[in-house]
Amino acid sequence: MTHLLELRAVRKTYGQGAARRVVLDDLDLTVDEHRCVVLVGSSGSGKSTLLRVVNLLEEIDDGEIFLDGQDVADPRLDANRVRARMGLVFQSFNLFPHMRVLDNVTLAQRLVHRRPRAEAEERAEAMLRRVGLGHKVSAYPDQLSGGEQQRAAIARALVSSPELLLLDEVTSALDPELVGEVLDLLADLRTEGMTMIVATHEMGFAREVADEVCFLHAGAVHERGTPEQVLGDPQRERTREFLRRLR
Amino acid sequence: MRARTPDEAPDWTPSPQALARAAYRRAQRRRSLLVALASTLVVTVTVVLVVTGAPGWERARQAFFDPQRAWEVLPAVAEGLWLNLRVWVVASVVGLVVGLLLAVVRTSKVPVLFPGRVAATVYVDVFRGVPLLLVLLLVGFGLPALRLEWLPTSGAFLGALAIVLTYTAYLAEVFRAGIESVHPSQVAAARSLGLTRGQTTRRVVLPQAVRNVTAPLANNLVSLQKDSGLISILGAVDAIRAAQIATTGDYNFTPYVVAGVLFLLVSIPLTRAVDAYSARQGWRGSLATVSGGGDIR
Repeated sequence: MTHLLELRAVRKTYGQGAARRVVLDDLDLTVDEHRCVVLVGSSGSGKSTLLRVVNLLEEIDDGEIFLDGQDVADPRLDANRVRARMGLVFQSFNLFPHMRVLDNVTLAQRLVHRRPRAEAEERAEAMLRRVGLGHKVSAYPDQLSGGEQQRAAIARALVSSPELLLLDEVTSALDPELVGEVLDLLADLRTEGMTMIVATHEMGFAREVADEVCFLHAGAVHERGTPEQVLGDPQRERTREFLRRLR
Repeated sequence: MRARTPDEAPDWTPSPQALARAAYRRAQRRRSLLVALASTLVVTVTVVLVVTGAPGWERARQAFFDPQRAWEVLPAVAEGLWLNLRVWVVASVVGLVVGLLLAVVRTSKVPVLFPGRVAATVYVDVFRGVPLLLVLLLVGFGLPALRLEWLPTSGAFLGALAIVLTYTAYLAEVFRAGIESVHPSQVAAARSLGLTRGQTTRRVVLPQAVRNVTAPLANNLVSLQKDSGLISILGAVDAIRAAQIATTGDYNFTPYVVAGVLFLLVSIPLTRAVDAYSARQGWRGSLATVSGGGDIR
């Protein structure tokens, strides 16, 4: 069986010459359909870069990225069509401030998936109701709370029926009392079988939803396993140290 | 920021401290008003005394502020202003459209546009750096020397062309600043949804870029309106030229003042309209809604 996503020996560096930094170093990772893989690790360990690389927002220096058995790192491939098969949710929401929430959610449907306006709006409204924002369709992003903005951003990513949802520390910019509403939504998605890669600092959430936890260190997967294994009984010193510092 | 008044909360009885503070603030406002009035009065009286006390005031008054002469020349100068307004509208439209195009080309990364990128950069560098007056002279006297038959040689056309050339460069730079003010994360968000570069520019970057630079754009259009008076040096009979013609013979310069007043009658409402528009637009993300954006004691 092929994996939905497979990364083989992915290398990504930033900068030139002496300032060159290796962010992903021979990183391997597989994600199967309907699985939720949680990435943990200290800041700078490569979690965000990994997600951006999978979404083809960054070009890799070396390695292969297979989506459904197809190497999407191949520059001959139309990256826009690959990206249209996934959703990415950002730490800072990145909603389009000049559009109503509804238009944020219909934009890609109309331009990328070529759905007629009526159908796109119907789907968008259904999706916004689904994330609890049915009453905010006509609001602008700056009229929403942080939690609402992030739920709108998740709706924007979900409405295109992505095969894979990438979540980049989606609760890190939220007030503590708003974190719950977003995590609850993600837990629901998990139950529905959405394939997800989640970079997070919320260990409780990782324990609850992860099928698999990957501890990233120095640009590679340092330790991986079930949440019980990695978070409960880490085998490697770096992982232990990271978890100790969180307490 | 709106001041709170006690009437808004009927179930709230202000404490003695609150009443004392409110009384103090009222007294302060009264005092500020008095100071402003007194200062205005002193300044006005001083200026009037200095000007009317000048030895040449009587002659200057007759030469520059002759009401009867003003009334006589008004139709001619106003007709000239009509030309300025037409030049302004045409130059604004062309400048905005071409300027936006140049800015998009300059900031694009599409390989096919590389020559366009170089051309746009050179164009903007040249026309932003050369004084408008010089461009007017070169276009006004240089182009007709080529004897191109299809090229109109009227002062109004060549003057407008020179103004368009210069202002297009200014406006292109304003648009470019606007494009660069849009945060890269907005582009990342659009691209992650599968939008192409072109779709991202048109639907996500440009709408935000234009909103971010509405005020500087409007400023440039107002100065374009007033610089349209420079076409008079090419012989186009605009408001300034009409005024100049009216002054020949009697050394009465009132027509210039008339032209100046007419320009103000256009530009002041224009700037106010733009201010009002930007305020009403309440462009999301504007500073008015930032906490601490109010008056600070």
